[in-house]
This record gives sequence, C-alpha cells and structure tokens, in this order.
Amino acid sequence: MSGTWHANSWLSGAGRVASLRGGRGTASCTDDQRPLRVATALTEPLLLGRALTVELGPAHDRTSVITGLDFSLAAGRTLGVVGESGCGKSMTALAIMGLAPSPHRIGGVLRFAGQDLLTMPQDRRRQLRGADMAMIFQEPMTALNPVVPVGVQIAEMLIVHDNASETAAWRGAVALLDRGGIADPARRARAYPDELSGGMRQRVMIAMAIACKPRLLIADEPTTALDVSVQAQILDLLLELQRDTGMAMVFISHNLGVVSAVADDIMVMYAGRALETGPAQRVLTAPAHPYTAGLIATLPDIGRRQKILPVIEGSPVNPRNRPPGCAFAPRCPRVIAECRTGLPAMVMVSPGQEAACIRCAA
Amino acid sequence: MGRFLLGRITGAGIVLLLKSFVIFALIGLMPGDPLDLMMNANPETTPEQMAHLRAMYGVDLPITQRYWTWLVAALQGDFGYSRIQHRPVLDIIIPALGNTLILTGAAFVLSTTLAVTLGTIAALKRGTWIDRIINLFAFAGISVPSFWLGLLMIYLFAVRLGWLPAGGMPRPEQGFGGMLAHLVMPVMTLVIVETGGLARYARAAMIEVLSQDYIRTARAKGLTDRRMLVRHALRNALIPVLTLVALQLGGLFSGAALTEAMFAWRGMGRLILEAILGNDYNLALVCLMFVTATILIANICADIAYTWLDPRISLGKRRR
Repeated sequence: MSGTWHANSWLSGAGRVASLRGGRGTASCTDDQRPLRVATALTEPLLLGRALTVELGPAHDRTSVITGLDFSLAAGRTLGVVGESGCGKSMTALAIMGLAPSPHRIGGVLRFAGQDLLTMPQDRRRQLRGADMAMIFQEPMTALNPVVPVGVQIAEMLIVHDNASETAAWRGAVALLDRGGIADPARRARAYPDELSGGMRQRVMIAMAIACKPRLLIADEPTTALDVSVQAQILDLLLELQRDTGMAMVFISHNLGVVSAVADDIMVMYAGRALETGPAQRVLTAPAHPYTAGLIATLPDIGRRQKILPVIEGSPVNPRNRPPGCAFAPRCPRVIAECRTGLPAMVMVSPGQEAACIRCAA
Repeated sequence: MGRFLLGRITGAGIVLLLKSFVIFALIGLMPGDPLDLMMNANPETTPEQMAHLRAMYGVDLPITQRYWTWLVAALQGDFGYSRIQHRPVLDIIIPALGNTLILTGAAFVLSTTLAVTLGTIAALKRGTWIDRIINLFAFAGISVPSFWLGLLMIYLFAVRLGWLPAGGMPRPEQGFGGMLAHLVMPVMTLVIVETGGLARYARAAMIEVLSQDYIRTARAKGLTDRRMLVRHALRNALIPVLTLVALQLGGLFSGAALTEAMFAWRGMGRLILEAILGNDYNLALVCLMFVTATILIANICADIAYTWLDPRISLGKRRR
C-alpha cells in the first residue's frame, strides 16, 4: 500500500496504520496539536465518499451528473481529480461542500471527520463550511465580492467562525494576507479586488480559505486563470500551507501536468464516473485505462516540436444520454463489442490502482 | 470629490440658466397673454388703453429683452408677482414646496423601502407562491391608474367608512394626527403606483446578483444567510436599483400632480397646473425652474451614492 485509502482497506480495517505513514508524513505533526483528531483519523479517513451520486433538477426531470463515485482522503494528503470540462469534477467539489445547485438529490455515503454530511442539519453544515472545509475557485476576480475590501472579506471568516472582534479579525486578515505571500499586507487589505493582479487575487482567496485553519481545502482549478509563472507560485504556496497545517486537499484540474505536481493520489473522471484511481506516480507512469493514457498522451512535450497537438478524438458525452456501456467507448481506441453493452466495474490493476475497463479486467 | 462636486454644480447652474430661457420663451409662445385675459374681463377697454397697458407691463418688448429684465431681477432675488394671486411668487411657492415634500417624501421613502424588501424576498423565494403574490402585487401597481385608485380609496375610506378626510389640507390646530389622517390616502396611492416597477427591478437585480460567483464564495465561507444577503448581495443589487430611485427622486416636486389634484393637496404639482392654465407667467416659470433644479440635484446625489455603493466608480480622481 502506498498510503492510499481505499474502499477495501477501510472497509476491511486492514492497512490503516500503513496508510497514516507514507506520503509526506505531515499528518502526525498536526495530530500532535490536535489530539482529538488522531482518534478520528485512526477510525476512518478525513473525507470519505462511497457510491456517491448527484442528481440535479426537480423530481420529475432529474439528470444524474455523478454516479457511484468512491473516494477517500486522509489528513495531510492530496487527491487530484482530473477530467475534461463537464465530467463532474466541480460538481463533486460542490457536493462535498454542500453547495450543489438546488434542486438536487444526493445519494450514497459522504462522510467528513467521522460525521455524516448528508444527514447533517443545514446549520451544522454551514458551520463546517469555511471553518473545517474551505474552497477556492478558478476565477478569483468573480469569486471575490467587487464592492468589499479584500481585508474585510477575509476578516469576515474570523468574525463568523471564531467570534473574533472587528479589530482582532482585521489584524488576523492582515496576518493571513502576509501568510499568503502578499507584500505590504496592511495596505493591500484595504484594496478592492479590481485593484489587485490575478495572482494576488488568488492569494487573497487562499488567505480567506485558510483563515480558520480548515482540515480540508478544495481547490477547483485554482491556477487555470493565471499566467504560467504565477501558477507555479500559487502551487508552491498551496503545498507550503499544506505542509505547515497538515490539511487535506482535493485538487481539481483538467491539466494532468498541474495535478501531477501536487497530488498524492489521482482520480480520473469521465461523464460523472471515476474511470481510474490510484497513487499519482502509478497512474501517471502506468495508466491502466485508455482514457488516462489518452490524457497523458495529449500533454505537450516541451522537448519536442509538434506541429499538431495530440488530441482524444470526439467530445465528452452529454450526461442526459449516456451510452449503455462504458461512457468512453465511443471515443476509445481500444474499444471492443462488449464495451458497448456492459458497464465495466472497478478492478484492481496494481496495488492501490484501480480502473473501470473491461480490457484491464481481461 | 470636491472638484467633482464643483464641476457638477457649475454644470447644473449652466443647465438651469439655459432652461430658464427655454421655459421663458415657451411661455411667451403660449397663445394669449395676461392682457388678453384682462380685456376679456372688461370688454370696454379701448385699443389705446390696451397699448398703454402693454407698454406698462412690458409685454410689447422683444422676448430677449423681457428675459434679460427678468433674469437681472431674479438674480437679485426678485422673482416677480403672481398675476392671479397678487403675491410675490416665492411666498406662494415655498409653502407649496413644503406640502409636496411631505407628501412625495413620505411616499418615496415608503415605496423605496417596500420595493427593495419585496424585490429581495421575491428573488430569494423565486418560483414559489410568495414570489407569485409579490409579482401580482407589482403588476397590479404598475397597471392601476392612480386617479382610479385614488377615487376608489376616497369612496371606500372617506365616503363609505368615514375613517379619513376625503382630501384637502389639515388645519394647523389638527396637529400631527390631522396631518397623518390627510396624508394616508394620497401617500398610499403614490406608494402603490410607484412600488410595482421598482420591486420588479429590484427582484431582477437581486436574482442577477444571487447567481454571481461571489455569492457562491460567501456560501462556501459558511456565512449565515442574513450576513450573505446584507453584506454581499444587497449592496451589489442596489447599484442598478439606484438609477431608478434617482429618477424618482427627481420627480419628488412634480411627479404627484394628478394625486395632488385629486386629494386637493396644496402642493407643487397642483400649483404648476394652475399657473399654466391661468397664464401666470412668473409663477409657472419659477415652479418649472424648481422642478429642473430638483432633477439636477437628484442626479448629483445619485452620482455620489454610486461611489459610496460601488468603489470601482471614482469621481474625478485617481484611486490608490
């Protein structure tokens, strides 16, 4: 086991201790400060999804956007979620946060720090948001309120969740901006979002997200809207914060290259399902699913001049009319007749690595 | 900010000056003049007497010269006499201004508050029966003519039930209660008519804001609904609503002519009507100037309010 929490290991109770070690070993450092959390970490992972389904729309016209998703994430570790636009990665994040657009129906199991998120009262869920699980978004310009100074938007977190006074919260906000790597934080705290650069705005979002020392940070395409050089800085900042605080991260991106830089484990999604999961190293070097292999093949190679960038032929399926068999079959280079009839189950292809493909099972 | 204000006030002054000439000219173009009316009243006036009177009142001079005479006097604070009431114009206008301000001011505050509240509730409860009832109320308000609504209220509350006076001004000895009793129906009429459109507008603005990314952020931050609404949604939604509110503010002194006439409220709307119908040059001119000035002031206020609501807008100076 390479430190991945998997359905089998958790349900059978085997490999728990092994899972806590491995990775960067940062879990223990925060566990020292938070003895209570050791207990939960020993009994189950911080975040756990089992057969998670999300359906959107009113009762008479529901569309299933996420089907049978299994995932787990331990403190201090990062789960990279990869897939094309519309594959359900952002919806997964919103479902975890409890922000799926209404009306919706969520099924399966979704647990966080030993608590059932799906049966939790709304107000308790709200208290959890921001304080214990935080989220940063793709476009910091629109994600920040244009008419409120950024310092106030950060300070608000401390006022709402930590009962801080106005002045204490403001001091906290300035300190958080400093922590987020913003120069001259006292002055910048009074700035409005449109007065900051894209990179600084994302730093503000990050400062806001970590204000209450969340145990889980969900980053939904946090670097997609930024320049490449700024992307690297933001990734470094996220990794540094994770190292210091021991928070878990769900890192969502369509860019496999970015995910490979931060993730311990990777979940590849397609049409609302996971096609492949496993340790990042394994998935990237020995992809089992043809779709994962296709994604890796489309990464441009800086050493080689390419006239035409490689692509995966076709376009993603519409969740409203999913084909009966494997959703990727229409675009799959290795498709066989059976792919179009039966839905492939997740099978283990190497320790910790699973893929939903008939060809792998055979 | 200071420079901006100075610029805007200077601009408003120029507009006011131009407007005064246009109004003066337009009134001069109206068929008939005060002396025609005088002659009608006394058919025995001889043409010589008429010519003498015209020269005496200065009506025979070219319009530019007459305007100049008026302007010089006006700038010295002399706005002339009312032809009908034989009193200085300002002595007539100032009480009327006060009366109108009480009526339209109360209606304005009530309708704006009500509209923003109803619009917000409708947006939050979008698609539910609450939304539908608010929409129905709004459309009813937009569609109902104020004279019909006013008459209906007079019939119901004054004639049938006898709870409220049918119209007119309260006597000073009736005090605050009397004022209130006389105000209820005209204010209700104005509020019902004005709220509908503004509430629809506020609802649309609120729905737009609630779909924004920063509202999703506010929810992701675990803010309470109340805090999210007040601190993040309302302020952004008020920016477009402000435009409409500013327009209504401009109409504070003139917008209620029909309602004032119906309830015999001695305000500006009624005064303007009487002045124009009675060929009362001086009175009509100054009344219309006041109306213009209100609209200009309302626009300046709206600009200042914009910067207060939306920091992205700055007035004439570069920000940090």
